[in-house]
Amino acid sequence: MAVKKRKKDLTFLEKIYIPEIVKGLSLTLKSMLKPKFTLKYPEEKFIPPASYRGRPVLVQEENGQERCVACGLCSRVCPSLAIEVLASETEAEKERYPVKFEINMIRCIFCGLCEEVCPEEAIVMSKDYEMAFTNREEAIYGKDKLLVPVSQLQDRIEFLRQYK
Amino acid sequence: MPKFILDGKEIEFNQGETIIQAAKRYGTDIPHFCWHPSLSVSGNCRICLVEVEKMPKLVIACSTLAADGMVVHTTSPKTLAARNAVMEFLLINHPLDCPICDEAGECKLQDYAYLHGVGESRFNEEKVHKDKRVPLSPYIMFDAERCISCSLCIRFCDEIAKDPELTFVDRGDRVTIVTYPGEEMDNPYSLNTTDICPVGALTNRDFRFRARVWDMSSTKSVCVGRARGCNTEVWVRNNEVLRLTPRYNEDVNSYWMCDHGRINTFKFINAKDRVNGPYIRKEGTLGRVSWQEAVNRAASELRSFNKNEIAFIGSAYATCEDNYLFSRFASSVIGSVNIDFMRREDPSFADDILRRSDITPNSLGAELVGVIPGKHGLNIEGIFNGINEGKIKALYIIEDDIVEVRPELENLLTKLDLLIVHATNMNKTAALADVVFPAATYAEKNGTFINFRGRVQRIRPAVETEDLERTIDGMSVSRLDKFGTMYDSWAKKNRHDARSTWKIISLISLAISGELKYNLIEDVFDDIAKSVKEFKELDYDMIGEFGAKLNIDIKETAV
Repeated sequence: MAVKKRKKDLTFLEKIYIPEIVKGLSLTLKSMLKPKFTLKYPEEKFIPPASYRGRPVLVQEENGQERCVACGLCSRVCPSLAIEVLASETEAEKERYPVKFEINMIRCIFCGLCEEVCPEEAIVMSKDYEMAFTNREEAIYGKDKLLVPVSQLQDRIEFLRQYK
Repeated sequence: MPKFILDGKEIEFNQGETIIQAAKRYGTDIPHFCWHPSLSVSGNCRICLVEVEKMPKLVIACSTLAADGMVVHTTSPKTLAARNAVMEFLLINHPLDCPICDEAGECKLQDYAYLHGVGESRFNEEKVHKDKRVPLSPYIMFDAERCISCSLCIRFCDEIAKDPELTFVDRGDRVTIVTYPGEEMDNPYSLNTTDICPVGALTNRDFRFRARVWDMSSTKSVCVGRARGCNTEVWVRNNEVLRLTPRYNEDVNSYWMCDHGRINTFKFINAKDRVNGPYIRKEGTLGRVSWQEAVNRAASELRSFNKNEIAFIGSAYATCEDNYLFSRFASSVIGSVNIDFMRREDPSFADDILRRSDITPNSLGAELVGVIPGKHGLNIEGIFNGINEGKIKALYIIEDDIVEVRPELENLLTKLDLLIVHATNMNKTAALADVVFPAATYAEKNGTFINFRGRVQRIRPAVETEDLERTIDGMSVSRLDKFGTMYDSWAKKNRHDARSTWKIISLISLAISGELKYNLIEDVFDDIAKSVKEFKELDYDMIGEFGAKLNIDIKETAV
């Protein structure tokens, strides 16, 4: 087998490596002086921007009621069939409300289609990314875990109004 | 035959047919709200406007008679523009809250808005507000805002139910529908208006908001309410029947079914009192046991009696296949000729539209397949007398709660040494039994019913039992059924441990003598076709979706 010869040999400076080490070290030292990106999670929490898609939540109006009318569109559009909605009749003006609204967080893929399809702005993606379960039942979020007061969701709702 | 040209295609029509009728026969669906094939023409919705050459203006296809040589365009720019304009008019005052409306998914206005609407409204003013949620009857809710005033419901009550109850009041955009003063919408066919209502103005209060139509599966079946055997669709979500709707069959029920059939014939399927698994009586109380144990107990006890001491009561609620195997079991396995079934009549129920006085779905079928006393055999009254005199010591009843109909039988049945009952729900007869087998309901099995005119029609399983698997057994599948797993609460499937009566009889028969071995319902039906002359040369494929006429002459008796 013929030995292939290097087209260009390393120069003397390259051979001794010292300038390259200095170059590398200078980059490291520069980075040391820059502000830090890393967070000491979980002591420090990451606060995502409004465009972030955390777990989907239901908007709770100021009167304590959910905004959802249980139309079932989120459930229909959900590509992973994570959402189950059971409707019932209410005396309120909106006629219809979800008697059961469950999101299976094991199935959810955080795509945000439910939020996009919702005609009532009733389901939005929150900034919550901390979900850990030890069994399947725990991962099914009912209305008790899904309802979030509208005041806490303001910046996402404004983001949607601007870009949706 | 005269011909006219529809969208460049020459089609034949019968003299006197309207354009929309002729087009429908040829598979062209001209949009319509107020037209219905079996109601009079009203012509008020204007959505069916079509362009006819040499006519000065567009004409409505529902009331214009087709004429020889006519040239009709249903998709020309002029027609489409008119359709868009009509949609725009209708949507001026129609609320745009499909997410709330229960009709969404099967709403004509929604479909046409999607197909023909421009997608934007030029109307900025406040919509007209009318009464919402007006109960017209215990079954029907009316939403005046959603109504598009097509008058289908008014015409239905006048022409089909023959009980005028509804009318328009007021004019212009304030027009609304009310019942006549002091009247309720209480005709026995009222819920058909919720089917023909093209929008969500009339809704079925029993089903309202229970489920979205796209989450359900539908199965072609037959109503078990009465001997008419109206063709139905069974709508199922998460293995629970939520509603029944009529299915078009001109020879039986046309487009309609009665409210009794629609409301009262499916709730027992998911009731709490379903018999779940076989039960046998031990030390005076019924306890659940395995299938093997119950079958062995029934077989060994039946063997311990003289064949003349055993009597059999079939059922006009059971299918032909169930009754056929039951009668074969009585005659050839046990050798008893004491077999009959209980007939049910309720003359007050009958009318000259659909409802019949025979309140069972299959009395004719039970008779034909052999549930009638054999030579010197006892009929139903003879059986009861025999029990009273102590001559009949064992009784086998399938799918009929005879004690409910005749409460005096309760004391009589306690005289028996052995009572075997097939029951769907724990009822008064089953409560007296020594062995109770859980019978599958009509929505959980295959089989056939014969209606009062001698028409054989099929039922199909729509609800899973422990014995039936949705995909393996070819049942209809909804999106949720298809993708659900055992971990999803919306696919949990409350399944009952019940089996078709013919399967249970086959099991007992095998335990007694090894006869009547059947694996498929088709084999049972084939044997019926071979041995019963009225069923000659019939099979499930020939019965199909709409049923088939038996080889039999039925005298049309008065209702």
